[in-house]
Amino acid sequence: MLKARTLLLATAAAAMFATAAHAERGSDGQLKILYWQAPSILNPFLSGGTKDIHASSLIIEPLAHYDTDGNMVPALAEEVPTVANGGVSADLKSITWKLLKGVKWSDGSAFTAHDVEFTAAYCLDPAGGCNAAERFQDVTSVKAVDDHTVRIDFKVPKPFPYGPFVGSEAPIIQKAQFENCMGAKAPTCTDQNFGTIGTGPFKVVEFKPNDVVLYEANENYRIADKPAFASVLLKGGGDAVSAARAVLETGEFDYAWNLQVEPEILTTMEKKGKGEVISAFGTSVERLMVQLTNPDPALGDKRATYQDGKNPHPYLSDPAVRRALSMAIDREILVEAGYGQAGKVTCNVLPAPAIYASTANDWCKTQDIAGANKLLDDAGWKRGSDGVREKDGVRLSILYQTSTNSVRQGTQAFIKQMWQEIGVETELKNISASVFFGGDQSSPDTFQKHFSDIEMYTNNFNGTDPENYMLRWTCDKMPSPDTQWIGQNMPRYCDPEYDKLAAQLAETAAIEERAIIAKKMNDMLIDYGAIIPLIHRGGVAARANTLGGGAYPNVWDATPWNIQDWHRKK
Amino acid sequence: MFRYAIRRLLFAIPTLLVISFIIFALLDLAPSDPTAQLPLTIPEEVREMIKLSLGLGEPFHIRYLRWLEQFLVNEPLNLIEQFWGIEIGNSEDRLRVRSWSTRAPVVDLIAARLPQTLSVVGVSYIVAILIAVPIGVISAYKQYSIFDQVGTFISMIGFSVPTFFTGTVMIVIFSVVLGWLPSIYDTTLEVRDYDSFVAQFKQMIMPVMVLGLFNAAQLSRFMRSSMLDNLNQEYVRTARSKGMGEPVVILIHVLRNSMIPVVTVIALGLPTTFAGAIITEQIFRINGVGQLLIGAIEGADIPTVQTVTFIFAVLIVVFNLIADLLYGMLDPRIRYD
Repeated sequence: MLKARTLLLATAAAAMFATAAHAERGSDGQLKILYWQAPSILNPFLSGGTKDIHASSLIIEPLAHYDTDGNMVPALAEEVPTVANGGVSADLKSITWKLLKGVKWSDGSAFTAHDVEFTAAYCLDPAGGCNAAERFQDVTSVKAVDDHTVRIDFKVPKPFPYGPFVGSEAPIIQKAQFENCMGAKAPTCTDQNFGTIGTGPFKVVEFKPNDVVLYEANENYRIADKPAFASVLLKGGGDAVSAARAVLETGEFDYAWNLQVEPEILTTMEKKGKGEVISAFGTSVERLMVQLTNPDPALGDKRATYQDGKNPHPYLSDPAVRRALSMAIDREILVEAGYGQAGKVTCNVLPAPAIYASTANDWCKTQDIAGANKLLDDAGWKRGSDGVREKDGVRLSILYQTSTNSVRQGTQAFIKQMWQEIGVETELKNISASVFFGGDQSSPDTFQKHFSDIEMYTNNFNGTDPENYMLRWTCDKMPSPDTQWIGQNMPRYCDPEYDKLAAQLAETAAIEERAIIAKKMNDMLIDYGAIIPLIHRGGVAARANTLGGGAYPNVWDATPWNIQDWHRKK
Repeated sequence: MFRYAIRRLLFAIPTLLVISFIIFALLDLAPSDPTAQLPLTIPEEVREMIKLSLGLGEPFHIRYLRWLEQFLVNEPLNLIEQFWGIEIGNSEDRLRVRSWSTRAPVVDLIAARLPQTLSVVGVSYIVAILIAVPIGVISAYKQYSIFDQVGTFISMIGFSVPTFFTGTVMIVIFSVVLGWLPSIYDTTLEVRDYDSFVAQFKQMIMPVMVLGLFNAAQLSRFMRSSMLDNLNQEYVRTARSKGMGEPVVILIHVLRNSMIPVVTVIALGLPTTFAGAIITEQIFRINGVGQLLIGAIEGADIPTVQTVTFIFAVLIVVFNLIADLLYGMLDPRIRYD
């Protein structure tokens, strides 16, 4: 009996050793990831897009990450500072981070608070063109108190002080490497920008810009048995459909990012059984931005500007029209046809995190053509001989613009048909994304100028705090020639009541109260009809069946945020 | 001949200057924004600062002259320095044409991509010639035979079916259904031993064949019509009446004379080798020069687009000149002096 037990123990011990051996660093070979937009640079502060931020997140780390549910998890810090644990001062004007001890850069040198201090100085240098500058808004100083403590001070009370160094957009770079690359010299440091040294699980071996990155496991990574993969190949280029094919049909790659592909194509490919399609929902909302001011070209400089409310849109200034347009849309059909797993019906411009999601506008979830028609009839919009409604010589004829993209053009066509049923005529227009989203002053087709009646696009916010996002629709954020068309208040919405709530949000720290205010702001926008939300959009990716360890699109952070845990399923 | 070559060369200089101005001005005037691909969550104030850091605040003529200086003076100096390992003047401070998306010198980006473009597109060009010349010769010699009919049919298909279609069909057949060949080109692969050679060979088969067949279709038609022109000439009859064997008549006399126009077509087609085959590179993710150009256009990376396009223009002008000179050498009846 004793013998049997010893034997059993021995077997158990052997089994344990076996698993330990399996979990060794670099034991799982190569991980192959496909991004159809290829990374251009491995310095996220100078990047031109999300792909670069993701590609560099394997190398460099922030103080804390967001997990796939939007919770903060410490990365280079011991814990996330809060008012409760004393890390955030009572007046909300400073935050103190305690850094992990014993962390090494991939070149073997020690990671200290001075690197954090340097990163802030690097990004705050106005000549450097740092794209994470917004993260450092209102920061007055970032100081290394000692080697493992960093204190950040703010100009104003920050109820949510996690802008700097949280999430993959604002990670820590090495002082020793970038010291001579400050300001105007930043872009000329090609070696540094391509061969970034980091504390993360992987380091760069080979980088071919706009093509491929080859990483190998960082032997100085702080967790001894991670990462499980010895190397990572991150290939870019091509298009989303063939990227999906490489994971789901040929099995050449393990993970493919951002697959905005017609849903039926993905379903067919998934049947091959090599991988699965996965999706996650963040804060992205495909929405219609209503133009509340008059976009008539005859107005010259005053075109599509607010003019203290003296330049109203000929018919979209009527609340009945705005409400009817929203009621007439069958959002279920739009999701089914264009998004599949990657979309959900939403009636909010602020759809997530869950505590911020309002339910006050759920009337929009079901299409109500009869109700919309009645609303327009009551408001005095009469159908003309061609079926298009008009009142006092103003016809309900809408110019509806968006960026060029097959799913968006499909959505446009559906909505045009739905609006036809309520006697609204629609002219569709699509503009190349690089023009529409580019802020070129000389182009009349940018989404800021909004020289149309309705425009459609997706926007979102980073992290989990909606304050900056909700501030986009205050009166002073209206794009106009005076502001060089800068600003995100595309509808030209202006309500002093809304501005008051915005100011209140900036002073409130308790999360429950913040949620109440943010919801109220969301409801004001939707109820007024300045924004007509359509679809809550998710990130879609394809993952091989053999890839384990939490490889999942992370809408709050970069997808590879937890790549040290990814492994090959046995 | 020499004077003609010199004259043509001198004439190329103003041509290229005009081209450079047109390219620069067109791209500069076109509405585009290098920060358009940044996440929308980044505010406009930050975007403005990024644009200023890219040098967009300067007036047009300053930027044009600076680009010309960087491209025509600084870059050649850099090449010379790298080639001979010497240092001319203050090379640290010399400004280079930098890409906006990668912040790296554009010339370095092109140099990094030339190997894969040349190996795939170049090999496909050779394959095209190897396929096209025999087919053209036999089709012409046996005009209206079954071989000719089939050859005409195949080259019409090759000519009219676009590469994005043939490429995708090949991927579906050989990668998805049969699983023999990789659908994605691995640019990190280095040929060191037999195994890596096999891997390189396998990943080149599909793109080379797709492009090769497309080019071969065109070239074989040229070859065939040129052969037909020559077969009816008096000198062919003379050669035959002198008792020469058919192989000698066809392969020595007719083929050589028929090659003259075909060589010109081949020489004029060579710049496209450098330009890469944009669509084929995209399908197989070869990421060569063609993909660099298309990526730069999508990302509004104006300096890259300007430089790559201008290099293509230079190559086209140069190869035109070479084709003209070759023509004179191959055909003694043509002399330019």
